[in-house]
Amino acid sequence: MSKSYFDETHTAIGHPKSTFMQWMLTIDHKRIGLMYAAVMFAFFFVAVATAFLMRLELFAPGGQFIDGDTFNQAFTLHGVIMIFLFIVPGIPAVLGNIVMPLMIGAKDVSFPRLNWFTFWLYILGCIIALASLFTDAGFADTGWTFYAPYSITTDTNVVFTLVAAFVLGMASILTGLNFLVTIHRLRAPGMTFWKMPLFVWGIYATAWIQLLATPVVGITLILAIMEKYFGIGIFDPAKGGDPVLFEHLFWIYSHPAVYLMILPAFGVMSEIIPTFSRREVFGYRAIALSSASIAGIGYLVWGHHLYTSGMADIAKTIFSFLTFFVAIPTGIKFYDWIATMYKGKIILSTPMLWALGTIITFTIGGLTGVTIAMIGVDIHLQDTYYTVAHFHYAMLGGVVFLFFAGLHYWFPLVTGKMYNETHAKRAFYLQFVGFNLLWFPMFIAGYYGMPRRYFDYLPEFQIYHQVSFVGAVLFIAGLIYMFIVFFKGWKSGNPSGPNPWNATTLEWHMPSSPPPLENHSKVPYVDFNPYEYHHGEPVVKFDYATMKRID
Amino acid sequence: MSHEYVPEIAVDREGNEYKVQGWQDDFYGGKLGFWLFMFTEVLMFGAMFMALAYYNHLHPQEFIEASASLNRLLGGINTVILLVSALTMGLSLLKMRAGDVKGSKLMIWATIVLALAFLGIKAVEWTAEYNHGIFLMHGEMLPESGMSFGKKLFFGMYFTMTGIHGFHIIIGIGIMLWLLKRINAGKVRPDHHILHWNIALYWDIVHLIWVFVFPYYYMIGAGGATGGH
Repeated sequence: MSKSYFDETHTAIGHPKSTFMQWMLTIDHKRIGLMYAAVMFAFFFVAVATAFLMRLELFAPGGQFIDGDTFNQAFTLHGVIMIFLFIVPGIPAVLGNIVMPLMIGAKDVSFPRLNWFTFWLYILGCIIALASLFTDAGFADTGWTFYAPYSITTDTNVVFTLVAAFVLGMASILTGLNFLVTIHRLRAPGMTFWKMPLFVWGIYATAWIQLLATPVVGITLILAIMEKYFGIGIFDPAKGGDPVLFEHLFWIYSHPAVYLMILPAFGVMSEIIPTFSRREVFGYRAIALSSASIAGIGYLVWGHHLYTSGMADIAKTIFSFLTFFVAIPTGIKFYDWIATMYKGKIILSTPMLWALGTIITFTIGGLTGVTIAMIGVDIHLQDTYYTVAHFHYAMLGGVVFLFFAGLHYWFPLVTGKMYNETHAKRAFYLQFVGFNLLWFPMFIAGYYGMPRRYFDYLPEFQIYHQVSFVGAVLFIAGLIYMFIVFFKGWKSGNPSGPNPWNATTLEWHMPSSPPPLENHSKVPYVDFNPYEYHHGEPVVKFDYATMKRID
Repeated sequence: MSHEYVPEIAVDREGNEYKVQGWQDDFYGGKLGFWLFMFTEVLMFGAMFMALAYYNHLHPQEFIEASASLNRLLGGINTVILLVSALTMGLSLLKMRAGDVKGSKLMIWATIVLALAFLGIKAVEWTAEYNHGIFLMHGEMLPESGMSFGKKLFFGMYFTMTGIHGFHIIIGIGIMLWLLKRINAGKVRPDHHILHWNIALYWDIVHLIWVFVFPYYYMIGAGGATGGH
């Protein structure tokens, strides 16, 4: 049995003997990715539990379990964890770290020790964020957007959360920087940009957003802290400041940030669809460039969050118009994926099921997004459950579903074992049904005027909340089921071999499974496209000892 | 990491050999990474300049009056000091590349001294302003004081931006001391000076930001409270 990255590692400092310290100090991108996953999903479950608490409270009108103030803190905690701790680092930090260097034939990322440092910066951010839960003033109750002037005046411990978001933003910038340099410098010889797998393209576009948008929110959070503790006046109307300026600065980052979340997810989709259709991806360049153009257009649309803030009509019209433009490259991607499946040999393995499910849920999430990009409709639906349902369909039904798809897809690569497909599929169906039951009623409730972030509601909305509750129970059950399947697969699954899916990209051409410490035994010369299939069989074959082509 | 690193060779089907770029000893990768990082600094200050320009647009006259009250002599001296320090830092890099390690170290020390002088003058300025009742959470800047909105915003941003800039100077001094340590340890050498290169780049960005901060705060009121009209 050859050694894998579980058996040996490079470390940032010294040569520790204990396995624990070897993990803590590791600079191996695969180990770091795994540690990110472990921490992230721990927090994910905390946030899910908080969400469930809110659903429980909303089961019937009136207050039952928690009061209004606690409810405010609960949705802030849920938002802060889900956005800053889970979904923003999410796919890049876990799958990007583990898979991207393997896909381009690199031994590691460009700055492995910076990668290690970034991980611990992320942990520091998590600790700061959660530390305020245990202070007297309590967790922030501002919502994850920290809108001024309320965030300036609230007595809760908002400064911890602001500092945490800044630190996590730094971690995000450094991850993006590391990936950008890696993709530019460490591609295997022969691999031009047009020969990169599409997941790498997704990570590349994401890394640019991380680098170019995050500093703006970083400084905005610093200014908010300066305002709160030093009274510089910039966001405080009592000193001539303009709170709406905070909203602008905040969304200049945070709107590109939603594309930062979805682009790597689209990359996962672009890997899974051709692999399980056994066909070359349709419109490779169109998909690659649409990632880049979503990243570009994404900068110009932040104003659609501020339709009701008294912005000039001409600005609203322009922002509305620009927002529609984002739907075009996204639509191109979806048509390309569907065209890839056309006449393919579709294999309905679990990753493919998740991807197909996402085509449904993300289409709903995306198209409802177009409706609220219209100014008139948005005035009506602003801050209602319609908006909440929209972004959960896009984020949970898009990003997280594809994250799960990626976890299923690369699970055999990372662990060398296969989970139980039958159970994994059942977990998918449970979550898919639960998800739609949970969020779809909210579109209707929101349309009829149910406002978001309220802990109480009129009796006429009860039926929607109760259906949602049932959906939430199913969804969480499915979630737990899925993680049990993963756990059992890792513990006692059958060895999967290096390429269980008959995939074509480089990360599946490993000498052993799980991969050895420094990845490929030799760096291959890449003179082929990423998804070459002929009659449903991969074209390119390697001798894994020498990484020479033998087809 | 180690300088004995030997790059791998990849071979295509015709038998041609290609040198593989590893993450070790990647001079251009290190440079690219740091350039990208500097870009984030520019964006941070860019967002603050944007906020500043917005309030300047709302209160043009008060901004000019507030700017007129700043000490242009001290600010100007500091600008010159920072420009000279950028020169010394650049010279230290040139000397390092030319193999003159001793001269290079001397120039880094000169940069550190100039940076400390900058901070000292900054401290004198801030103290004088404090004594005039203009400082964060103090005197005229308190919400209940009668100072106009425009001036409060101007000074609020002035202390924030010069403060954050000063913080970068302090960080710069720290990393220059670290650089000296690395040079003494033989980790930064004429043939392996990426760290030196990047710290010189950092220092350039720090002085470049000041080149924008100085005119926007000190010079817009240079013609007196009327703006020179």
